[in-house]
Amino acid sequence: MFYVSVFVQYMAQYMKTKLQYRADVLVEWLSDFMAQAVNLVFLLVVFGHTTLLHGWTRDEILFIYGFFLVPYAVFAAFFNLWDFNERYIVQGEMDRVLTRPVHSLFQVILERMELESLLGAIPGLIIMVYTGARLSLTFHWYDVLVFILFVIGGALIYAGIFISLATVSFFADARTSIMPMMYNISGYGRYPVDIYHRVIRYILTWVLPFAFVGVYPAAYFLEKKEWYSYAFFTPVVGFVFFAVAVMLWNAGVRRYRGTGS
Amino acid sequence: MGKYVEMVRIRFLMMLAYRTNYYTGILIYAINIAAYYFLWSAIYGGKSSMQGMSLGQMTTYVAISWLARAFYFNNLDREIAMEIRDGKVAVELIRPYSYLGMKAVQGLGEGLFRLFFLSLPGLLVVSLFLPLQFPEHAKTWLAFGVSLLFSFIIFSELNLLAGVVTFFTFRNEGLLRAKRFIIDLFSGLILPLSFYPDWAQRAMMYFPFQAISYIPSMIMTESFQGAAVRDGLLLQATWCIILLFPIGWLWRTAKKRLVVQGG
Repeated sequence: MFYVSVFVQYMAQYMKTKLQYRADVLVEWLSDFMAQAVNLVFLLVVFGHTTLLHGWTRDEILFIYGFFLVPYAVFAAFFNLWDFNERYIVQGEMDRVLTRPVHSLFQVILERMELESLLGAIPGLIIMVYTGARLSLTFHWYDVLVFILFVIGGALIYAGIFISLATVSFFADARTSIMPMMYNISGYGRYPVDIYHRVIRYILTWVLPFAFVGVYPAAYFLEKKEWYSYAFFTPVVGFVFFAVAVMLWNAGVRRYRGTGS
Repeated sequence: MGKYVEMVRIRFLMMLAYRTNYYTGILIYAINIAAYYFLWSAIYGGKSSMQGMSLGQMTTYVAISWLARAFYFNNLDREIAMEIRDGKVAVELIRPYSYLGMKAVQGLGEGLFRLFFLSLPGLLVVSLFLPLQFPEHAKTWLAFGVSLLFSFIIFSELNLLAGVVTFFTFRNEGLLRAKRFIIDLFSGLILPLSFYPDWAQRAMMYFPFQAISYIPSMIMTESFQGAAVRDGLLLQATWCIILLFPIGWLWRTAKKRLVVQGG
């Protein structure tokens, strides 16, 4: 209960600060949409030259991309750990966080959340509706629940991986340049993984399971029966990766000594 | 001159100090290129060529684009923006060097490190597994080297320009992010410009972005031959010079109205 109340308080404060800088928020939305447009343009241009990608049609691939945007938006809104090392370790903010009465990871998440990123889910939903209609997909009432479950699973996978990466800063003085590269890798989970060599497929499924944020769960809605077992595994993988990340974080905090700044 | 060379060296050594990044960096570069190779294989789907490029050329194009990006990419815009916000820029301005010049050589130091210690080893690893096609002629390599240097200059100039704009806006995170995506899209990093529809290609002729990634990659894959190589290099050189003017003008104006908010 205490955590919920802290969360609500932070949300309220967040809204207030954001409304002070409206122009800034607008530009941030625009740049988010642009990031999505880069990938969309890539897909559209590529499908201007080909009709099938390993047996998958343009609309199916676009649908996967649309789905991916939703868990990604949830992740981006709540797990903005991009500059964790710089801000919390190098500049010593972690010392302050550790004196607070809530879990240190929860505190960091609250301080760094970017709720406006949730808007990134809207283009995703639009793409899904548009391509879903073109593919004349059928939906059941429980698909909404499945969708929510898959979105949470996907967001937790992302969160797990990026929290684990942030945790590295407790153990080694590594800078954050791994993070941007990880963002690149995460994009490959959006394509049908059967196009890749089995090593990459294995990595995207079990090591850096980004395929569970894109193609696997989306395959369920695309009624690709052969992928169903993977699709339903999404929440499990999400939970496992997140749990491991939290354990790593706790171990990291125990080792943390501060930089003295 | 000596102090600038020294700064390149110091940045290089700073990068060298973070070893953990280094090994993972090579690995991630390799995964990146390999994933692109399979993606493009699927896109080609058995076709021998698309837009005049074979699958081998396309794979090389992607590998070279990311290799080049490791070299030209830097965060000078963010660094400048941060120094302006923190007020550190005031101290920088009284130091006996050109602030923007010093920023540029810092970017060069980082770029050289990433080129030689990250992406080149990564490229070697990748070339063991994937059918990359490297040019045989020394002339192509030389032209590529020159082109890559131009890429760095143009990219850094755009970054300096965006950074200096912070003097006027103070907060422009969103703008900087938007700029990055525009460059990724229109520079030819994610796909060769020849794949875009004609009208888009024509529009892109008026922007400096293709000079960043498309031209060096086309030179290296030998998709550009003879006169096209020369024209590409000339276009890059032209943009290098043109961009100096707005930077110089904005920088002079900015210095006059510099407000240090503390620090």
